[in-house]
Amino acid sequence: MKLELGKIYIKDIKFDDCQRIEDGVLYVSKEELTKIALSDDHLASAEFDIAKPGESVRITPVKDVIEPRVKVEGSGGVFPGWIAKVDTVGSGKTYALKGMAVVTAGPIVGFQEGVIDMTGPGADYTPFSKTINLVMVCKPVEGLKQHAYEKAVRLAGFRVAAAVGELARSLEPDETEVYETCTIKEGLEKYPDLPRVAYVQMLQSQGLLHDTYVYGVDAKQILPTIVSPTEVFDGAIVSGNCVSACDKNPTYVHQNNPVVEELFKQHGKTINFVCHILTNENVFLADKERSSFFTAKICKMLDLDGVIVSEEGFGNPDTDLIMNCKKITAEGIKTVIITDEYAGRDGKSQSLADAHASADAVVTAGNANEVVILPKLDKLIGTLDYINKIAGASETTLREDGTLEVEIQVITGATSEVGFGYLSAR
Amino acid sequence: MVKEIERAGIPVVHVCTVTPISMTVGANRIVPAIAIPHPLGNPNLDHEEEFKLRRKLVEKALKALETEVDGQTVFEG
Amino acid sequence: MAKIKVVHYINQFFAQIGGEEKADYPAELRVGEIIGPGTAFESAFGDEAEIVATIVCGDSYFNENIDKAKADILEMVKSQKPDLFIAGPAFNAGRYGVACGTITDAVLNELGIPALTGMYEENPGVDMFASKLYIVSTKNSAAGMRAAVKKMAPLALKLARHEKIGASVVEGYIPTGVRVNFFEKERGAKRAVDMLLKKLSDKPFVTEYPMPDFDRVAPNPAVKDMAHAKIALVTSGGIVPKGNPDHIESSSASHYGEYCLDGVEALSSETYETAHGGYDPVYANDDPNRVLPVDVLRQLEKEGVIGKLHDKYYSTVGNGTAVASAKAFAAEYAQKLLEDHVDAVILTST
Repeated sequence: MKLELGKIYIKDIKFDDCQRIEDGVLYVSKEELTKIALSDDHLASAEFDIAKPGESVRITPVKDVIEPRVKVEGSGGVFPGWIAKVDTVGSGKTYALKGMAVVTAGPIVGFQEGVIDMTGPGADYTPFSKTINLVMVCKPVEGLKQHAYEKAVRLAGFRVAAAVGELARSLEPDETEVYETCTIKEGLEKYPDLPRVAYVQMLQSQGLLHDTYVYGVDAKQILPTIVSPTEVFDGAIVSGNCVSACDKNPTYVHQNNPVVEELFKQHGKTINFVCHILTNENVFLADKERSSFFTAKICKMLDLDGVIVSEEGFGNPDTDLIMNCKKITAEGIKTVIITDEYAGRDGKSQSLADAHASADAVVTAGNANEVVILPKLDKLIGTLDYINKIAGASETTLREDGTLEVEIQVITGATSEVGFGYLSAR
Repeated sequence: MVKEIERAGIPVVHVCTVTPISMTVGANRIVPAIAIPHPLGNPNLDHEEEFKLRRKLVEKALKALETEVDGQTVFEG
Repeated sequence: MAKIKVVHYINQFFAQIGGEEKADYPAELRVGEIIGPGTAFESAFGDEAEIVATIVCGDSYFNENIDKAKADILEMVKSQKPDLFIAGPAFNAGRYGVACGTITDAVLNELGIPALTGMYEENPGVDMFASKLYIVSTKNSAAGMRAAVKKMAPLALKLARHEKIGASVVEGYIPTGVRVNFFEKERGAKRAVDMLLKKLSDKPFVTEYPMPDFDRVAPNPAVKDMAHAKIALVTSGGIVPKGNPDHIESSSASHYGEYCLDGVEALSSETYETAHGGYDPVYANDDPNRVLPVDVLRQLEKEGVIGKLHDKYYSTVGNGTAVASAKAFAAEYAQKLLEDHVDAVILTST
């Protein structure tokens, strides 16, 4: 499959009644966007705001971060199964608005959501302090159940991102990247001497605010499957999870999956990037066993030489990670795993809930328990009502002087286990 | 946690879903549970059925406590 | 600012007294002298610090008279009131490494003076002291002196100034087992691909997180007489009285809760909930017995299957909670359970 990804760099976002992109400036209408967001009658209100890099702004509780994209050629559309109808994506031409993101926020369950600081020490940890953020704070209609509220906010984010992406349809991209993979047979003929490598991505799939979706399907209901690595660039995988926001992948990170990007850089040179394998992290032990057996079997059937396995989350998913690593290694395939650590605030505890000797090549995205003091910022988008309860905070998080004492666990994307960031630990 | 209780000299049974973690952390008597968000329940069953299921699991846990083990043991089935 | 005062420890060889034949040279304080590697440190320190005294001791003497040597050297160090203590570097010299480790540990922990040493990774002193001290990683012979001092001097100054110490790979010390965050030059995905390329071509690579070893505790004998046994419930699933009165955190819990079950026949959604942030809370909140099976145990108690359900239960949140904290909680309530004559525990986890 071949996908041309056109990048359109956004330098600024302004509110304006006439929506357009002009000279790298995105103009959006609050009224139009509100209409799109509230087309779901589960939401009572949606308020829009803009947060720019370097501004003294804090956004919380963050649910998802999305990059606006539009499909201009080829089958399907962005976010298949949600916005576009289900059709295979990942080929043709797609435009992405770079340098910006749509951020959804809203209080869903009272704990478990992320923080994005646009300046200060917190900004160093989140990739989304470097994007110009179009933030939408969504409130539910009264009496709405948590699961329905989560879904309503998630879909509102996709609708808004797709509508913003649509504004780029007739533009000329500033830069174009071409991604191409081969079929099994083509790959063998074209690169007979290159090691065959795949990416095994574990998707968080444990329930409310812990779910991920593939072409509209809840990932807990999938058996491990394969996709072309180009499919994620069109939003084939979307996020429904933000609990302990440091190591959960917002939709933006799926759309820009860094392991896929880095493997593409080596494709045809040092490796043959065969495919992208998707698996889950379910709450039943039988599921964990089944999924890891399937993953290892798929790796074997594809005659792979090496894989990178990325985890999403921590705790019981550490077991899925170790099972995958153990079983894939047992097939004679070389394995590198990416995880993060929960080594305690003092860094002295054991970092993972599970371990095995086969996991001898580990990339770590850092200790999520590290404590940072986040300064009081001038402006807040969202609410601090829940800040003492979110995962990684404590009763004493919000201090008298307005500063926050938190573990970096609360910061969206701080310890990305798909290796989106630079943080590590030793 | 389970190891510290054992270390104090009290027999302990670990009822948990992810038994491999239990093995890794060193529990000696392990009873597999239903699912992570509801280890001793199943919301798909009606109340009475669910209670029966829970009673069975607790009985299995007691059985494990009454059983001598000489190493890490998962009480399956 | 005044210069940082440093006391430096070296063996007989680096003091140019002699080799193996002089290894029984007793500890000696040389005030105002800068000897051997000391000159390299002195120039690396510039205006920041100065060596006020050098302590020389034979390696055999130290190891054969360890208690006396240690006590004598501690007195010598104390007499100079230094801000910083440096031993070695010992490279791959085994007895020298053990001496450097022992004395650095003593200065640090008994005198409370910032202290540092340096060794080759295979020096037996590393195994003995790496988890207690900052030991800068050096080459295996004195040919690596310049490189060693280049790493040791700046780290020593940081320690003396009580600055935050970065990760081992950044500062150049041998990993202490304490995990420290830092920003890499390449993003994680790139590092993973680079590591895989090395692994695929059978080239050496360094894992960023070595797998730990786990300790084991032998199982206790089984319960003989269940019908008269007192059974306690413990959970890491965060079941707490509604409103979470002890404010147990949804993740990385800093404490546990002890709650009374006296007169409680079953848990209900009106009176109990979960504080755990790591799983979908809906099921546990709807019926907390799904995590803490009080209802069933009460029935078994009535039927005489068990003697008694202990009237207290202990609860914490396993989510992201440091193993060391969980261990400390459990060690504490295990003592309470013992005092309350509990015969066995059912621990439930989510």
